[in-house]
Amino acid sequence: MSSPLVKLVAQRIALGILLLLAVSVLIFAGTQILPGDVAQAILGQSATPESLANLREQLGLNDPAFVRYFRWLGGVVTGDLGTAMSSGQDIATSIKGRLWNTLFLAFWAAVVAVPLAIILGLIAVRYRNGWVDKLISGLALASTSFPEFFVGYVLVYFFAVKYQIFPGISTVYDGMPFGERMQAIMLPAAALTLVVLAHMMRMTRAAILNVMQSAYVETAELKGLSAFAVIRRHAFPNAIAPIINVVMLNLAYLIVGVVVVEVIFVYPGMGQYLVDHVTKRDVPVVQAVGLIFAAVYISLNIIADIAAIVANPRLRHPK
Amino acid sequence: MADQRAKSMLLDIRNLRIEATVFPPGEAPKNIVLVHDVSLTLEKGKVLGLIGESGAGKSTIGLASMGYGRGGVRITGGEVILNGRDILKGGKEGFRKLRGREVCYVAQSAAAAFNPAHRLMDQVVEATLLHGTATRAAAEKRAIALFKKLSLPNPENIGERFPHQVSGGQLQRVMTAMALCSEPDLIVFDEPTTALDVTTQIDVLAAIKDAIRDTHVAALYITHDLAVVAQVSDEIMVLRHGRLVEWGGTRQIIKQPRQEYTNALVSVHEIEHQEQRPGTTPFLSVKNITAAYGRSHIKVLKNVSVDIYPGQTLAVVGESGSGKSTLARAITGLLPPEEGTVTFDGRPLANRLADRPKEDLRQLQMIYQMADVAMNPRQTVGTIIGRPLEFYFGLRGRERDARVAELLDKIEMGKGFIDRYPAELSGGQKQRVCIARSLAAKPKLIICDEVTSALDPLVANGILKLLLELQKEENVAYLFITHDLATVKSIADSIAVMYRGEVVRYGAKSQVLAPPFDAYTDLLLSSVPEMEIGWLEKAIKGRRMASAGN
Repeated sequence: MSSPLVKLVAQRIALGILLLLAVSVLIFAGTQILPGDVAQAILGQSATPESLANLREQLGLNDPAFVRYFRWLGGVVTGDLGTAMSSGQDIATSIKGRLWNTLFLAFWAAVVAVPLAIILGLIAVRYRNGWVDKLISGLALASTSFPEFFVGYVLVYFFAVKYQIFPGISTVYDGMPFGERMQAIMLPAAALTLVVLAHMMRMTRAAILNVMQSAYVETAELKGLSAFAVIRRHAFPNAIAPIINVVMLNLAYLIVGVVVVEVIFVYPGMGQYLVDHVTKRDVPVVQAVGLIFAAVYISLNIIADIAAIVANPRLRHPK
Repeated sequence: MADQRAKSMLLDIRNLRIEATVFPPGEAPKNIVLVHDVSLTLEKGKVLGLIGESGAGKSTIGLASMGYGRGGVRITGGEVILNGRDILKGGKEGFRKLRGREVCYVAQSAAAAFNPAHRLMDQVVEATLLHGTATRAAAEKRAIALFKKLSLPNPENIGERFPHQVSGGQLQRVMTAMALCSEPDLIVFDEPTTALDVTTQIDVLAAIKDAIRDTHVAALYITHDLAVVAQVSDEIMVLRHGRLVEWGGTRQIIKQPRQEYTNALVSVHEIEHQEQRPGTTPFLSVKNITAAYGRSHIKVLKNVSVDIYPGQTLAVVGESGSGKSTLARAITGLLPPEEGTVTFDGRPLANRLADRPKEDLRQLQMIYQMADVAMNPRQTVGTIIGRPLEFYFGLRGRERDARVAELLDKIEMGKGFIDRYPAELSGGQKQRVCIARSLAAKPKLIICDEVTSALDPLVANGILKLLLELQKEENVAYLFITHDLATVKSIADSIAVMYRGEVVRYGAKSQVLAPPFDAYTDLLLSSVPEMEIGWLEKAIKGRRMASAGN
């Protein structure tokens, strides 16, 4: 490993950590600005002023904001996300299963969506401006333009209600056999795939088309390579950085943006969990989920940055 | 006899017609003819030079021999007979089988033509492997032998490198090796040395010539530089506007051109300019300037001092990376120097552009290499030239228009151009408009940064003549930055030779260009191709003797 590469990667990681800290401040500040009082929320309207004061003292709500922030941050760093007010359960424990479920769903959606998007993008470039290209672009755009809930319900209507191939409600539980689990997530995964496909496919197409103007693509054509070999061997490797970027952006969306799809399919993931607790005004849970989402988002973007750096032969093989 | 000739015939292009569809802004797409009924023949192992200005159709013809058209370019008529069969009848599949096997291509800029993502060796043997003419091991062995033949450093391992790890001149040789690797019958060289520095060009040219001779490959050698093509080709074909002008043996074309146009190309560099003695006091003095970009510790200018006299031309000559343009940036204040001063009319100029008063800005104007990117494409010629008149002199309305018309007359274009947009002008006209814009400020000094490098020789000649005339009329001084020694000889009064950020030779033109030379100036001068058969061999021999002498 060469030193400029290591330096650039280290820089990106350090920036990511800094960014995450800044986000944690924002999340904490945001939940503090919200009207309402946690003690009041816990004890209800009928609480006596004495009991309210006692609880505030107990929860440390009388300390200055920055003390509470560092107490919270300290907890987060050591794996203690606090206790949910509504249920009194440890947040870290309940999030663990939820996060796993969300990642499971996102993973399988990505396994289908990413290669499919890239292959469709390559095919669109190969037959650029022809009917194949227009068909692919049109279909992909249509699937993105429909809102997720619409796509979700259409899928439910056909595959769960009319033909009854897959369940319309994606219940999963601990110790569920893998096959059944896969069957359960089939429809939400399909809905997610349709939603993220077009963005990745169109960026792949645009990034490769951009490179197709280069002199080295002409050189490849003049060697007698077939059109598809030119795209795959000569154009694609040079378009990889923007493609990775858009893929990572969509992966992040698969994890933090699944709220609607999870609610439609009643899937016990992070989105569902967040929505439940927002309605209950359970601030510690919202903070914890928000921070986790931010961490996922930032890490995936760091990975995209690093991948783009590593994909650049000039940085990988300095003079 | 006729039979034998047919046997040795490699390429026979008959009545080739090539068209393209262009999309002028705001107009309906239209069809233009790029090549009109051009015929040529090439025997095995021979080299035919295709020469002409841009738009002559030389690259288009070269690529047509591979059945290839850039963008919307189509071959609409004629035959291209290669090895006895018409390749235009073979279809896409036929083209693929012939490209990279029977015909290979060497592009102008190897730096752009190599894929940055792959190692050189993988790219060099790619065509050979694709067409299955050799195993990988055999192809790599052949490639290494070619690297040796083309005198690349470290031939065993250079293939392991990526394109960005190799210099431009070396890349051009690797590209030649890539073309030779699949042992084709014909190579199309498309301006292979045009993008190189003159001192690099000579070595690459010699390497290409040796390789052609040793491998008995035939070649179409495309260039706009007659002196270069005279070194490598057996025959020369002169093209203009897609039509054949003259076709003959190399000696005949350069010694006894039959057509007027050919004659103009041959005698292009003959501008007479009487050198002026430097006056007593320079109006602009650059003293011990040192400059670097950003926070880097690499000095791009080291202790540079030059003087410029009123109404005279100082030519700054050197290779790319020698610091010539940086000197211009330091003088104009675009790159504030770290040390040293620029004095103008006896007082120091502020280092930074932002700190200079308007009057100082007016006195120093610039003209750039790329005229089309130096103008706002959405402004008319009148607006472009009128802007400095408004900015510096506050001219408005009729007064301004009158002055614009006057300036357009000076650049020999006339006021009919006032409402034209840059896109409607030719390359030479664009550069003229830039000249008019700089003159509009009535400056004492115009910095000309490679202003003729992007132009065809005849057009460039016109620009140089215009600059000399304007100098006489307006008494304006030029700081003329160029890599082209022929241009320097034509217009300079004094010359500064730069090398790696330093001025290695400086003085009046007659002194700088007269022996005894320092080593670098000698190298530079001896590298400029001369329109003389056998010049290349002589120059290379002279160079070997010089290095043996060291």
